[in-house]
Amino acid sequence: MDAAPDDLLPEPFRRWFAGRGWAPRAHQLELLAQAREGRSTLLIAPTGAGKTLAGFLPSLVELAGRPTPRNSARPPGLHTLYISPLKALAVDVARNLERPAQEMGLAVRIETRTGDTPASRRQRQRRDPPDILLTTPEQIALLLASADAEPLFADLKRIVLDELHALAGSKRGDLLSLGLARLRAIAPMAQTVGLSATVADPDTLRRWLVPQRGNGEMGELVVADPGAAPDLSMLDSAAHVPWAGHTARHSLKEIYRLIERHTTTLVFVNTRMQAELLFQELWHINDANLPIALHHGSLDVSQRRRVEAAMGEGKLKAVVCTSSLDLGIDWGAVDLVVNVGAPKGSSRLMQRIGRANHRLDEPSRAVLVPANRFEVLECRAALEAVRAGAQDSAVVRSGALDVLAQHVLGMACAGPFEADALFAEIASAEPYADLSRADFDDVVGFNATGGYALRAYERFARIRQRKDGSWRVANPQVAQQYRLNVGTIVESTMLKVRLASAKSRYGGRVLGEVEEYFVETMSPGDTFVFAGEVLEYLTIHENEVRVARTSAKEPRVPSYAGGKFPLSTFLAARVRALLSAPERWRSLPGQVRDWLELQKLRSRLPGREDLLVETFPRGDRYHLVAYPFEGRLAHQTLGMLLTRRLDRAGLHPLGFMANDYALVIYGVSDMSLATAQGRLSLDALFDADMLGDDLEEWLAESALMKRTFRQCAVIAGLIERRFPGKEKNSRQVTMSTDLVYDVLRRHEPGHVLLRAARADAATGLLDIRRLSDMLARIRGRIDHVALPRVSPLAVPVMLEIGREMVAGGASEALLAEAEDELIREAMDGAGEGSG
Amino acid sequence: MQAREAVEERDVAQDGAAVTLAGATLVLDAAGALWWPSERMLIVADLHLEKGSAFAVRGVPLPPYDSRATLDLLARIVARRRPRVLVALGDSFHDRGGVDRLGPDERASLAALARGRDLVWIAGNHDPAPMPGLAGDSADELRVGPLTLRHEPEAGADEGEIAGHFHPVARVVVRGRSLRRRCFATDGRRLVLPALGAYAGGLNIRDAALAGLFGGAYDAHLVGAARTYRIAHHACLPDR
Repeated sequence: MDAAPDDLLPEPFRRWFAGRGWAPRAHQLELLAQAREGRSTLLIAPTGAGKTLAGFLPSLVELAGRPTPRNSARPPGLHTLYISPLKALAVDVARNLERPAQEMGLAVRIETRTGDTPASRRQRQRRDPPDILLTTPEQIALLLASADAEPLFADLKRIVLDELHALAGSKRGDLLSLGLARLRAIAPMAQTVGLSATVADPDTLRRWLVPQRGNGEMGELVVADPGAAPDLSMLDSAAHVPWAGHTARHSLKEIYRLIERHTTTLVFVNTRMQAELLFQELWHINDANLPIALHHGSLDVSQRRRVEAAMGEGKLKAVVCTSSLDLGIDWGAVDLVVNVGAPKGSSRLMQRIGRANHRLDEPSRAVLVPANRFEVLECRAALEAVRAGAQDSAVVRSGALDVLAQHVLGMACAGPFEADALFAEIASAEPYADLSRADFDDVVGFNATGGYALRAYERFARIRQRKDGSWRVANPQVAQQYRLNVGTIVESTMLKVRLASAKSRYGGRVLGEVEEYFVETMSPGDTFVFAGEVLEYLTIHENEVRVARTSAKEPRVPSYAGGKFPLSTFLAARVRALLSAPERWRSLPGQVRDWLELQKLRSRLPGREDLLVETFPRGDRYHLVAYPFEGRLAHQTLGMLLTRRLDRAGLHPLGFMANDYALVIYGVSDMSLATAQGRLSLDALFDADMLGDDLEEWLAESALMKRTFRQCAVIAGLIERRFPGKEKNSRQVTMSTDLVYDVLRRHEPGHVLLRAARADAATGLLDIRRLSDMLARIRGRIDHVALPRVSPLAVPVMLEIGREMVAGGASEALLAEAEDELIREAMDGAGEGSG
Repeated sequence: MQAREAVEERDVAQDGAAVTLAGATLVLDAAGALWWPSERMLIVADLHLEKGSAFAVRGVPLPPYDSRATLDLLARIVARRRPRVLVALGDSFHDRGGVDRLGPDERASLAALARGRDLVWIAGNHDPAPMPGLAGDSADELRVGPLTLRHEPEAGADEGEIAGHFHPVARVVVRGRSLRRRCFATDGRRLVLPALGAYAGGLNIRDAALAGLFGGAYDAHLVGAARTYRIAHHACLPDR
């Protein structure tokens, strides 16, 4: 940019920068110049680059130069809207903005609005808005769904979207993009500023910032100096690297020594359970009594806030945390990030690394700690990706229809809408640029009468068409329902974990919350780790799990088979490339290299593009192991479908197990023999046609699909949300979404909510799109070896058998097993009696 | 081998498991109905017809296919068992207005069910009064031989009570998987039927309200795809 700083920055600002011995950074000035030209702009900058200030400088400069409000005819409306994915971040940014504003003596009113803001202040903000309002996507949706939205936002000059990379591509992002489209309709002159970390495809985010008119219109792009390259290494543990598992126990002492040697360390793991285990293990060896804390999303909120506060005051030496701290407030003192377990994607890893060292000119320091042999490969691949600055490519997806349904109802709450105009407005939002008119009309129909082909509900419509053709809500209760339902975060039902006191089974304190489905797999007497303790599960009472402390050392910890996040496609390709190129193995630890050499000798290495399939006997069973490297979710779906097909082929599979890299199917029939005799064709087994009828049949009963549908139904407002504390009453009136799913699937399989659920299944818990891409890739490229015994590469996934729950298995067979158990029990009793 | 919870699939039962109640031999049809061969009587409970539209009235437009799904299932059980008497054990409609909201196809299905046999509507708490315009007879309860058929089980009832009302379901955990199914519940003195309605939710048989009905030991007979599975109450787990 040519403009000189003096030209762009008014006197008080220059003085302020000079007073602290700073100079405005190039990207900050560039953003000012773009703002002067009235252009919407995406700023890509690393953490610590003064990104937030850059986003606000244009607004502060404008507000400093405006005439005193007293002189104007009416009080000015809102000038700048800042939207952040985290309410804590909005509050923190407001605080950080107050300071320069005060120090420069600017008469600027800065306020936040979150779910915690008192109702009285929220009322007042509508009537008498501040100059700058900092808030979240959900609050924007609520503000826009009211009749005062127009006057409130009419004067809006700028919208700042923070951490845009974290919002785009999610349902929350969809909701925000729709709100943005409405804001632009109300205030067409407002500029949009997007703030983002480095992403693989900045153009998508640039399209977010300006209305889409069918030509992929884009905002301007400013890329800040990336700063010093991170100092990144993999812990080369002296100890034996485990074949499987995710605890990284073998590296515990080394992690502890790293913590000792640094000021403040963030230790990232992938799941809450891993966090619990690692935290506990660290305290076992914490001879120096270092202040090490635990932070994850299931802990009690007050406890999380205490940890964050202690962190801010520099009182902690380390925090073991999950993605709960991926985003958030900057802590200057963090000088080391340790990532335990596989990073799963290079973008998440970069985000985490950025949490260390917020001074731009010094490198962030991070150490990767693989927990097993495959993770060594994955860490190595991730390390090379980060050094090359290579990001995961974003998953291509369109805006979700359930979110659209929620938004359309909100727009009807704001006032009557014309379908044509609203459709055009919605299609101007990047995620919905390709929305078909038919889908839009279905969504409107859904909001009116449920959108069923059997038009039974005309009398009970929620929104109605008026004589002039515009749509409006049928009654005020509909608007009330909408307000209660706003948002796209559908928490899985959480149960409080309460410690039963010694005296009574009821009195103790609440330790935090766990997901209902986690508890459902436990029987009384089972032990698990939570809040840093080994606990025994006693009973469930209403929405509480009652637990007791126990002396058990080895808890039965049903884990999530390694992590919530599946291995990214990008990283998977890099792992495959590394495996198939022995000349690059020099960078790997010796024992891992030996392992791969042995695999080459005994079997084969998975090729870059091929699918290696091994069959071999072991014990009294026969096994088939495939190595697609497509992540656990896709492998689980694949395992379900392959098991079905093998069963149909009369090969009697007993079960399967999947991790991020491979899957194993085991059974009582010799699959090597069946292949040799031509009774089993692997090409046919892995044919993409499994995504037809087999998938449909499985979806009918899949618990994951039902959970996916439930989320869509809640977001779209078909099912009322369950609110904590109100569950007992609402249970009688809420419907089981499983029943709704069964009925709808059978009677109207093309319904808009089922389409929404299928779209989610493609990229969500079932990862069907990835599976489908993989099946297309390996067509005709299956590399099968029949082996006399288990191969070295198969060991990790084989070790998962029996350790993890059987995710598959037909439920009828399991019911029969439960019945048999009872019979055995009864027969044993008879034996004792007669003996 | 495949499990289906969808109602339409629950009707491929062959003969079903037999239980004895007050000397009468009854067959547990895997579709969730009770078959009394010697009387050629088919008993079903808690159809909750028009529950979907009852929600729609309150502004929650659930899919309107529940009555059709429930009646289709019932029609298939009837076609298979060919009963002389068909008894609906109460809560046949979700609310008083339900009959009026029935679609024409569903009305025709109901008329067909009543043709050539006795159809008895027992009163339930959702449908306490006889509903005008419905084919069949209405009754508060029905005594046949040693058995008494009523909607809600009565405390201190004589042996041989058959009831619905509670929508029993049982939950078992097998190899780390939690399975929850509709079920019959019986201690040999009384028997509670599962709800047949497509939108009828369930109450866990370990819940105090259900457990209190049975003196001590009782069994759940879980409704499966093609048969029922008998599991003792203590082997079933509570929900929450």
